[in-house]
Amino acid sequence: MTSQIDLIPGRLREAVARDGETIVYVARERLLEAMTWLQQTPGQEYDYLVDVTAVEYRDRERAIEVVYFLRSLSRKTDLRVKVELQASDELTVDSVWGLWHGADWLEREVYDMFGIAFRGHPDLRRILMWETYAEGFPLRKDFPLRGRFSRAEQVRQALNANPEAHYSLDELSIADAWGDIPDDMRERLKRGERGTVPE
Amino acid sequence: MSTRTVELELATPGMDAQGQPTRVPLTASDLGGEHLLLNMGPQHPATHGVLRLVVELDGETVVRCIPHVGYLHSGFEKLGEYRHYNQIVPLTDRTDYLSPMANNVGMALAAEKLMGIEITPRCTVLRVIACEMSRIISHMVWLGTTSIDLGAFTPFLWAFQERERIYNLQEMWTGARLTTSLTRVGGLMADIPDPFVEGLRKFTDTFPNTLGEIDRVLTRNAVWAGRTQGIGVMTPAEAINYSLSGPMLRASGVPYDVRKDKPYLGYDTYDFDVPVGEHGDVYDRYLVRLEECHQANRILQQALARLPDGPINVDDPRVILPPKSRAMSDMEAMIFHFKQVMEGVKAPVGEAYVGIENPKGELGNYFVSDGTAKPVRWRIRPPSFINLSALPKMAEGHLLSDLVAINASVDIVMGEVDR
Repeated sequence: MTSQIDLIPGRLREAVARDGETIVYVARERLLEAMTWLQQTPGQEYDYLVDVTAVEYRDRERAIEVVYFLRSLSRKTDLRVKVELQASDELTVDSVWGLWHGADWLEREVYDMFGIAFRGHPDLRRILMWETYAEGFPLRKDFPLRGRFSRAEQVRQALNANPEAHYSLDELSIADAWGDIPDDMRERLKRGERGTVPE
Repeated sequence: MSTRTVELELATPGMDAQGQPTRVPLTASDLGGEHLLLNMGPQHPATHGVLRLVVELDGETVVRCIPHVGYLHSGFEKLGEYRHYNQIVPLTDRTDYLSPMANNVGMALAAEKLMGIEITPRCTVLRVIACEMSRIISHMVWLGTTSIDLGAFTPFLWAFQERERIYNLQEMWTGARLTTSLTRVGGLMADIPDPFVEGLRKFTDTFPNTLGEIDRVLTRNAVWAGRTQGIGVMTPAEAINYSLSGPMLRASGVPYDVRKDKPYLGYDTYDFDVPVGEHGDVYDRYLVRLEECHQANRILQQALARLPDGPINVDDPRVILPPKSRAMSDMEAMIFHFKQVMEGVKAPVGEAYVGIENPKGELGNYFVSDGTAKPVRWRIRPPSFINLSALPKMAEGHLLSDLVAINASVDIVMGEVDR
């Protein structure tokens, strides 16, 4: 088994977790190559993506890790693959959506919570927080538990928010409804707060 | 109204030559072929919680479905980083609130794996009982609400009646019906009270009758079959590729069950079968869940038969609180009590992931520790979140009314999706 792990493209080093699982650290540039190899090589066949998440340590010197939990359903084995990102660097990795479609929402959640961008993801939007959320990335260690804004500021923002924005006028095709929407909403759209005003 | 173009581009799965997601403008050439954008939820009985679906319709056919989640986001994972391991247990009640005891068990197993704690035989069996009781109540809620969604009212009443009986047992054991907080690291919050075994035995004796009645009412019911067969099909390859788990995965014909393939709590010593579907449609998901209730009942009977005597907690004063009487009279016990309450249980440096077979799918708990009493990272692998992400794929090309059936068949609970 160990000799097989040596063959993973871009492999940096290994570790063993306390639950006995093998962790393989992979170079960030070669992640997609390594994942493709793990999924498609006979004898590996990691066909199931269990989870994608990220870990930031309290020690700020340590790199932020993106963790992939892989499983081979036929061989009934698990493998943990990690990519290390320096917080000072650009937080970007390649998306594995092309290999496992299950990565779609998982990567969106990591992006939402940690601000790690996935290159090549088809629809990288915030998922749990709302699209206009301005306080940053909640699961980062520099994000205070109570949020970045004071309660007063949060209330102020909520009261000043455009309630229609919550209904994502883009999707509800404002162009169609232009004649029917209330005047104040039309004003906001003209100011360019949301969507594009039809000709 | 003649030609119109909606000035909107939506990303679709697919990439162009530059590796950028392809964006397709939403256009409709004329009124005849006009697509309707319909907002469903977040307050809609058929979305099973605060789920919002934006559906693009061509007539009554779903062209595209865009789920929006996050209305119930509570930041449990962030909260967990500021709490001792035992203080995290109440948070797990509130994730998948339809099977709180199984969540408690999953979290405790991960923390124990991280700390290298071996739980006692009695605790192991009691935790199996907790997991299987949760499976039954969760599937009963699923069955009841889904049958209501599809127009059958009677199974809802039967299912909720059975669920009520389990809730009474849960209340007898933990004092709470929903927020059970059953487990502690290294053991349980309380042993079962005396009438519990008799009550559960009575339940397991009569529960199959109710399942049989539900089976008679639904399985060969023309309306039920017509609304569910061939709807929301996932092939085995797709189910694997979309990381589906639990009944969703097995209904598609992939026989993966964590209890069988990566046993925990000694599940490999119980005699039970894993039902596997054939077609991967809503009907097969119903059949799989119904059979899982029978199997859960079998496991409960076996667990009751083998329930050993003995302590429920490990004999380690650093992990388990001493009895209150000793803490008030014995100096050493008081010190352990004080240290545990004030400092918490310290976990060694490292990480551990434990996946358990929850009613909704594989519930994973992933702890990363830096040696302190609070985890650096607590990650819940939320089964219904990942199962729900395949909803757009399943709903495409079906009628709007089928979307209700498909969404119900995913068995989501928004507390867990949004966490």
